[in-house]
Parts: sequence; C-alpha cells; structure tokens
Amino acid sequence: MASRRSFMGFTLGAAAAVGGVFTLVGMKKTWDPLPSVKAAGFTTVDLSPLADGELRTVEWRKKPIFILKKSSDMEQSNTDIIAGDARYTVVIGLCTHLGCIPAYHSADKEFVCACHGGKFNVSGKNMSGPPPKPLEIPPFSIDGTKLVLGEIGKEYEEIMKNVGKA
Amino acid sequence: MAHFEKSNGIVDWLDQRLAIKKFMQVMMTQYWIPKKINFLWAMGVILLTMFAILFITGLLLVMYYKPDVALAFDSVNKTIMQEVEYGWLWRHMHGVAASVVFLVMYIHLLTGIYYGSYKKGREIIWISGMVLFVLFSAEAFSGYMLPWGQMSYWAAMVITNLFGGIPFIGPELVEWIRGDYAVGDATLNRFFMLHVCLLPIVVIAFVAIHFYALRFPHVNNEIAEEIDFDLEAEKYLAGKKKEAKVISFWPDFLCKDIFYVCLFMIFYFYLVCFHYDFAMDPINFEPANALKTPPHIYPEWYFLWSYEILRGFSYEVGLACFGIAQVIFFVLPFLDRSNVVAPAHKRGAFFVWFWLLVIDMIVLTIYGKLPPVGINNTIATIASVTFLALLIVVLPVITLMERKAK
Repeated sequence: MASRRSFMGFTLGAAAAVGGVFTLVGMKKTWDPLPSVKAAGFTTVDLSPLADGELRTVEWRKKPIFILKKSSDMEQSNTDIIAGDARYTVVIGLCTHLGCIPAYHSADKEFVCACHGGKFNVSGKNMSGPPPKPLEIPPFSIDGTKLVLGEIGKEYEEIMKNVGKA
Repeated sequence: MAHFEKSNGIVDWLDQRLAIKKFMQVMMTQYWIPKKINFLWAMGVILLTMFAILFITGLLLVMYYKPDVALAFDSVNKTIMQEVEYGWLWRHMHGVAASVVFLVMYIHLLTGIYYGSYKKGREIIWISGMVLFVLFSAEAFSGYMLPWGQMSYWAAMVITNLFGGIPFIGPELVEWIRGDYAVGDATLNRFFMLHVCLLPIVVIAFVAIHFYALRFPHVNNEIAEEIDFDLEAEKYLAGKKKEAKVISFWPDFLCKDIFYVCLFMIFYFYLVCFHYDFAMDPINFEPANALKTPPHIYPEWYFLWSYEILRGFSYEVGLACFGIAQVIFFVLPFLDRSNVVAPAHKRGAFFVWFWLLVIDMIVLTIYGKLPPVGINNTIATIASVTFLALLIVVLPVITLMERKAK
C-alpha cells in the first residue's frame, strides 16, 4: 500500500516537473523577440557619399550606428572596415557603460558620452571614464561600397579575430 | 451540514456564515497596540492610504492610457491631460503619490532601524517590508516608463542594460527582457503588464503578509519595552484601561492614525495642487527618441542614492556594489547581532552609526543628481564606500562590542 502511494507520488512529481519545464520553455519563448522584429534586423547603407572625416549616424535594430570615414590624419586601427580605398569606423553608437549615445566632437576627434563622462577615440576604443570596453562593432558584410548591417560577412569575421587578439 | 439558527438580523446572518464578529475582534477591536508610540508609527497607515490613492487614480488613468509606442505619449499628455475631465487631477495625484510614497517609506524604514524594530521576533516584519520596498521600486520604475517620454525611454534603456553586466548570458538576457534589439513596443507592453497587473497583485499579497507578521510579535514601542500583551489585554478588557499598557486598534488607536493621515493629506494635496511638477521631469515632456540621449540622465529622487553607488565605482565594481546596496537592508537583522532591543539614543555607538547612515544617504542623494564630473566623482566614491562600510563592517563591529559589554 505504502509503495503504491509513493509510486503515485513519484508519478505526480515527475509529471509536474516535465509539465513545469515545458511551461517555462514556452514562457521564455513568449518573451523572445518576434519574427517580424528579427526580420527587420537588416539595413543597407551606401558608403560612397561620405566625405573624409565625416560622421554619419544610421539606425539599425533601433540602435544608432556611427559610420566615420577616416581622414588620413586619423589613427588607423585593425578594427577599421576597408571598403574600396577608404577606411571606416563602424560601431554601435551606444556607450558600453550603460547605453547612452556618445556625441562626436570633431575638433578633439573623440566620442564623448555625456551621461558618465566616458570617452572613445576615432576607432571606438575606450580612452577614459567608466566604459569597460570599446564601442561594439555590429555584424556586417560589404558589397562593393554598400554596407549591409545585420549580416555576418567575412570582413566582419576577420575584424572579430583582430579584436580577440588585441 | 452545520447547524444554522434563524438569524436575528443581517449581522447575525453574516456572522453565522462568515464569523465576522470574530474577524473584527482579531483585526480591529482586540488587536492590541502599545500606548507608548509616537507619530512615526503612523507611517504604516499613511502608506496604506497612499497605496489606495495610487490604486484608484491608476484605475481611472488606465481607462485612457494606450500601451503603444506610437500612441502612449499623446494618450497621456493630450488625451488624459487635456480631454478627459479631471484627467490632469488623476495624473498629478498618481504622480505625486508615487513620489511621496517613497518619502514615507524611507521614514518608515528609518524608524524601524532607529527603534530596533527589525530585531528578535520581528525579522519577518522587516523582511516582508523590504520585499515591499523592492516591489514598490519595480512598480515605480515600470510606471515611470509608460508616458514614453525621453526620460522614460532612457531610464528603461539604462535599467535594462544593467542586466547586460551579468556574466555569460548578459547581452542575450537584455534582448530577451526587452523583446527587441532595443527598448521598443514589446518592452513597453510588458512593463505595462507588470505595472497594472502582476506587480500590484504581488504588492497586495505582501501587504497582507506584512500585516499578518505583526500579529505575533506585535508592534514595537518608543522605549522598546517588552510587553506581555495577553496580560495587558486582560486588564484592558476588565475595564482598567488607564492601567493597561495597550489599547485596541479600533476604536481607540485609529483616531490618532487618522489625525496624522489628515495632516499628511494637507501636505500631499498642497503638492498636487501647487507643486505637481516636482514629480514630473521636464525632459519627460519630450517624446521618446531612440537616436538622441538627453545630456544628463538621472532617476527620480528616491533612487538617487543607489544610482550614485552605481556611479561611484568603475563599471563592474559599481554594478556589484549597486546589487549589494539593493539587498543589504534585507539582512539587517542578521548584521546587527546584538540582543539589545532599544531605541538608538540608548545604544551609544549605534546612535552615531544611525545618523552617519542618514547623512551619508542624503549626500549620496544630492550628488546622485549632479553631473559626474571632477570633485563629484571623488565624493561619490567616498560616500559609496562609506555606505557599504557602515553596513557591512561598522554595524557588525558595534553589535559585537555591545554583546561583549553585556
């Protein structure tokens, strides 16, 4: 009798545990970004109209993307994106501290985050203040002078290798 | 089936079915309150009143509010403020109550610390109270997002980003919480759900637990006297009301509470009518813009002290300290291991400690609002270190000394 009761107890417990796990998975997925949100995650930008030293901000996945065409007097970095014969800094324009948008000061050639005083250089490297790491590079691929944000191309993979080394 | 007699009236009819007379005794007429308590003990009833105001004004607002990134800003600032009759009043009452409820909560909390009401038998009251504080914080924050102004948006951005600091799963977790790559429609809707449904239910449940937890150890008093409540209640019921150290919650005690609630209401409606703007940040009257950060982001005044602890250190350390600051008061009964239950002014070193803590939290609050440049950063770090040291190091040392002295 006792073993039959404990068998029923174990069965109930096991069924509840399996059901609980499936419920949690279902609830987790309900909170995931919707397919329509994911599908809208690609943006194409034509780089050719940019002038030397000009910064352009485009929107990708509701985040600002800084595209800076480097002039010859700016430092070169192994995270630069080379398209055609020009070098570009392409970074997500959100401070790596808490996600504010840094402003570009063209005279000092740096990105300054007003929220907590973080500073990044023209290559997006964190120079001072609380930001713990450089501005992030969004996944991209290059198609001639066109930049496709959201697609992982071989240029992106190469840069990520450099980032790992540095 | 139980036996029912023909009732002699509506009260008796209900009493046979719901035991309302017994219920009234337990909740009101034979719920014993010590006589020696001052106005600081009225904060609980004031908080309950504030919560009722928030609940009712919230119901009126939610009838016109639209949780959609395209409509939210106008539904608040145009429909509710200009079209709905008395919409402005409900909004300002809701906004001001959300702000002053924290003022009263801080007084309530500090009263508990000052008189040692978190100790020996009253730990569950203290912990359930701290849970309520955290729930109210979540409630305030999720509500702050709903008008979808610039400060709402960037507050949501910063707070959700905090989860990115969790090792390994951080960035994915942030995307999952937001339901989008950045704070967006999905985020607004789930915060709306939290603000109007899930969190209020949990708050009400914890208010019930908080009250229930009072029934066994009873309310503390001004001199932290240990009262034999059964004995004193007997005296009271025998008619020796003057001799008894306790009085009943209803009808004797509540009139004092209601008096303080009335005083508080004067202050509250003064703010609602003449200074409603103190709970409304001007930046929040600009619609949310994902591509432009306001030059200086700061939370409402009641979060400034913990925000300043976050800013006081480098990123990872700040995040960890911020996390500690959120939960440190939970374990107060276990940091203060002294058996002495007495008001702070009877405890020497503890008295000094208490006022240092208050001053430090005021300094953190003031500097949390100032931009983090130059000397401000130094003061932030010093005040943050002081806060953590006071609670983690100084308090246990003081209580060890008290135990030795005994």
